[in-house]
Amino acid sequence: MMGRDAGRLSLILLFMPFALWIGLLIVLPQLGIGYVSLREKVGINQYEFGFKNYADFISEPIYRNTLLRTAWMSILVTALALIAGFPVAYYIAKIAKTRSRAALFLMCLIPLWVSDLVRAYGWIVLLRETGVISTALVSIGLISQPIEMLYTDMTVIIGLVYTVILFMIVPLVSTLQGMDDALLEAGYNLGGSRFTVFRRIIVPYAMPGIVAGSIITFMLTAGSYLTPVLLGGKNSSWFTEQIYNQFITRYNWEAGATFGVLLLLFTSLVVWLGLLLTGQSLATTVAKD
Amino acid sequence: MTSILRTLLAGTAVALMAGGAQAETLRLLTWGSYAPDELVQKFEEEYPDIDVEVTFSNNEEMIAKLRATGGTGFDLAQPSHDRIYAAQLEYNIYKPLDLSKIDVDKMTPNLVEGVKANTTIDGEVYSVPHQWGTSGIMANVKEAPDAKGWGDLCSETYKGRTSMRLRRTILLGMGFAMGKNPFELYADPEAYQAMLDEVTDKLIACKDIIKTYWTGGDDLSALMLSGEVVLSETWDSTAYKIYSENKDIVFIPPETGALAWIDTFTIPRGGQADDAAYKWINFVLRPENVTIMSASTGAIAAVPNGIQLLPDDKRAAVEAAFDQADLDNLKFFANIPPGLEDMEGIALERIKAASN
Repeated sequence: MMGRDAGRLSLILLFMPFALWIGLLIVLPQLGIGYVSLREKVGINQYEFGFKNYADFISEPIYRNTLLRTAWMSILVTALALIAGFPVAYYIAKIAKTRSRAALFLMCLIPLWVSDLVRAYGWIVLLRETGVISTALVSIGLISQPIEMLYTDMTVIIGLVYTVILFMIVPLVSTLQGMDDALLEAGYNLGGSRFTVFRRIIVPYAMPGIVAGSIITFMLTAGSYLTPVLLGGKNSSWFTEQIYNQFITRYNWEAGATFGVLLLLFTSLVVWLGLLLTGQSLATTVAKD
Repeated sequence: MTSILRTLLAGTAVALMAGGAQAETLRLLTWGSYAPDELVQKFEEEYPDIDVEVTFSNNEEMIAKLRATGGTGFDLAQPSHDRIYAAQLEYNIYKPLDLSKIDVDKMTPNLVEGVKANTTIDGEVYSVPHQWGTSGIMANVKEAPDAKGWGDLCSETYKGRTSMRLRRTILLGMGFAMGKNPFELYADPEAYQAMLDEVTDKLIACKDIIKTYWTGGDDLSALMLSGEVVLSETWDSTAYKIYSENKDIVFIPPETGALAWIDTFTIPRGGQADDAAYKWINFVLRPENVTIMSASTGAIAAVPNGIQLLPDDKRAAVEAAFDQADLDNLKFFANIPPGLEDMEGIALERIKAASN
């Protein structure tokens, strides 16, 4: 009897940090944001409840377009991160020697030790009109005029891929490491070409890692703020920037909260659609044991 | 077990109280460069029982932070004079000043009166001036010798070589350049909206001309010093700093008048160190400290000989930029009525989202 109580107590105590974290830092703020988003401002310090903030969002094309643009660019970044990250992950997990594996993994991690801000400035120093790349190209005579590579959507995408690629590589490595080399050998022995082995054996095996990595990178990209703002140019709106503007520049917490809720719902919808289209589910990929 | 716990708790409490008794903390919420280390150290030497903690911010974030906490968390804030009235009315985040504790007689009388007029609510004064400066344009005179006003930022002559900050200042500047007086339209939301619409169209057409929108002083300095941009909207203080590195880059008060702001001292409603705050206010306005402060901020202190007290390089820059006619033509930002910033916000978003 005593033993069972003690067991239950230790379970509760062990569970507590997790419950507090989820409750206080995730659920409660979301509820607060949801509450504020349903508040309509009718005058100074006068509020009513209703869906006016959501109606405003739908009726203003700027906000809709920015959200769609953000989602579209985030999908692009996710795809590019997958294409660039898969070979790296495969090399670390399957080709590299066990001894160099840790060192390679560490090299992928190192950029993460520097803050986003510094990394964005790194790109600025490289890509600006009087920056390293442009100056070098002029001095070796490849181009006659300095060129501006900053302030375009392309720069934003490069910067974002660089920022998030690690979150694609890590789940891929851990999935691929579990793959038995015998599977590949069997594939080749049965007459499969490299492409067939890749398509029929490696990709299906890596699917949990691909799905997990894609979800993480997509969410991180859609919610990023610094990189798009610093590298983006005069035409590059990003949805998080709109949220910042609503909260800070316009003192409009109601609209900002509405945008926050919509961003969460919309990105969740995109993830769900992605799972549906690829025929995957969370249970068979991310939560697979 | 419980006795150990109790001892520990008691020990902690004693330590906390002792800590509290030894040092009072003055939590400043101010602009980047408005609390230079040299001055903070000097202050802490003079008042060993006060610790100064500095948080750097800007007008919008100051209001947002204080609104989020109901005016607590900071003991002294420095919003600009036009951003206090509406924020106080709507969010009640400041408390009235006790003017008897401030050396008001050492400040420039017309600035004190101006700030008082802007920040008096129900007979209570909420702010006194600290430093003032202007917004205008800055040009590299070798490449853009003829720039005179806000409108030149959108001139075909400088295509791809101009910059501006996409905030309310440029809306107002462009309004003046188009022959309006935005400050007089503040009271009439419809007329103001009509002006905003015109300015929005102008600035959308202007996107072809400008290279990029700058977002902060460092960003702007890099654009100007590298020569990537030859003409830009600017704060005068940033222009003065650049002038000390490259004498070709000067601040130009626009022909319609430079837009003048006054950063103030204002005490948040939940401030817990009012006396320390008053000490800081009086301390930084002493002549010997004004020079240290202005060397860091590039702005002019609200004391009668503020320009003379600038460090030499900054004074040279100010004298190169302003003559008496420019000073007489200053347009001080008028109090922003509640709701106006929402209208401006949507205009700014339209400009940012438009592509051509």
